[in-house]
Amino acid sequence: MALAIAAKDIRAELRSRTALLSAVVFAALVLVVFNFARDPTVLAATDLAPSVLWVTFALAAMVALNRAFTIEREHGALDGLLLAPVPRGALFGGKLLANLAFVGTVEAVTLPLFVLFFNVDLTDALPGIVAVTALATIGFVAVGTIFSAMAVRTRFAELMLPVLLLPFMVPPLIGAVQVTSRLLAGRPLSEMLGWLRLLALYDVVFVTLCTMAFSAVVDE
Amino acid sequence: MTGSEAAARALARRGLGISLAALAGLAAVYVLALGFTPVEARQGMAQKIFYLHVPAAWSALIAFSLVGVTSALYLWLHDPRLDRFAAASAEVGVAFSAVMLTTGPIWAKPIWGTWWTWDARLTLTLFLFFLFIGYLALRASVHDPAERARFSAVVGILGMLLVPFIHLSVYLFRTLHPQPIVLKPSAPSLPPEMLRTLLVSTLVFTLLYVGLVTLRYALALAEEARDEAADAG
Repeated sequence: MALAIAAKDIRAELRSRTALLSAVVFAALVLVVFNFARDPTVLAATDLAPSVLWVTFALAAMVALNRAFTIEREHGALDGLLLAPVPRGALFGGKLLANLAFVGTVEAVTLPLFVLFFNVDLTDALPGIVAVTALATIGFVAVGTIFSAMAVRTRFAELMLPVLLLPFMVPPLIGAVQVTSRLLAGRPLSEMLGWLRLLALYDVVFVTLCTMAFSAVVDE
Repeated sequence: MTGSEAAARALARRGLGISLAALAGLAAVYVLALGFTPVEARQGMAQKIFYLHVPAAWSALIAFSLVGVTSALYLWLHDPRLDRFAAASAEVGVAFSAVMLTTGPIWAKPIWGTWWTWDARLTLTLFLFFLFIGYLALRASVHDPAERARFSAVVGILGMLLVPFIHLSVYLFRTLHPQPIVLKPSAPSLPPEMLRTLLVSTLVFTLLYVGLVTLRYALALAEEARDEAADAG
């Protein structure tokens, strides 16, 4: 059931492609801006690389999540979805999967651009970076999914989501930046284990909680 | 005057009474802290701010914990009183956090030599502050009362669970904040006069919290009564 909903969202996205394209271009622009926000004579690109990567991911995810429920809202599609005999947990799961696919695609396009613009060598660190990106993204996209379902029903929806979501991005972001910088420096796995546990725990807690709380958001 | 309006008025009077008593107590705390508590040997007069900063932090913490608890209870019981209480508590908590976040740097500048540092406890309280500003902003931007109550309860619960995560992740950056000196496993390491002043001040701030929340709760009741009257009339 969750897969069907996710498939529906992904199909709708692939047909228009505008949102995906805009989010990717947005991420590329953030990377470019970052490059000029740094004094190259003082700060080497590699010192700043982990933070740049993660701030870009976070901002791109925010833009992506903003649209997650806007489409459903526009044509009253969410009401139709809610009338269908779908368990709310599955509905949330589907929305979460679709958002993860969307954010994941943006991240997958951003990463090569990041390597290109910042001249980072990723050959050894790539599997680790992909793993930590997945680990960090799942948690904050789960929270972002439930918040975007709320935000579309408020005034100033585009502003409400970042204000609510950014505090929740802090733990995954800190963990991801720490792990990424250690990966880029070629440190052993044992030095990252604490952070990885924290990220995994965050995912478990918030995916569970958001799944349970979702019906409180959509059901009258 | 309808029944609910009268109830709101009575509650507001009680809240005002408690708040005024707490403000009088606050004046007494100033006298006690400045006149009858010894000056700390190393920090000098700057340490006096401790008697406001710590109790304010205490009240803010109570406020935010109760928002989390009442939010969880609301999703379970759907009692509008819980929602009203959570809203009142969040607003008062933001006020106390503002006191805590302003008194802290004033003390930190002469003692640490810096207004702000990204220490675990400072970062945590700053994010608590942001979190509840967001909570209040959400409340302000949802029109339907039932929807507002459900949405803010979800944010309240998620926020409560976020706190240990923020704490854990910033803690790994090491911490500069003074270690606990009262609530710790061994006996408090504070001289008895200082401890007395701190306890009195904590009591006063707790009372102030109760008074302000009661007032805010009464105001919410009055607003609801007004809206109902407007709908009926």
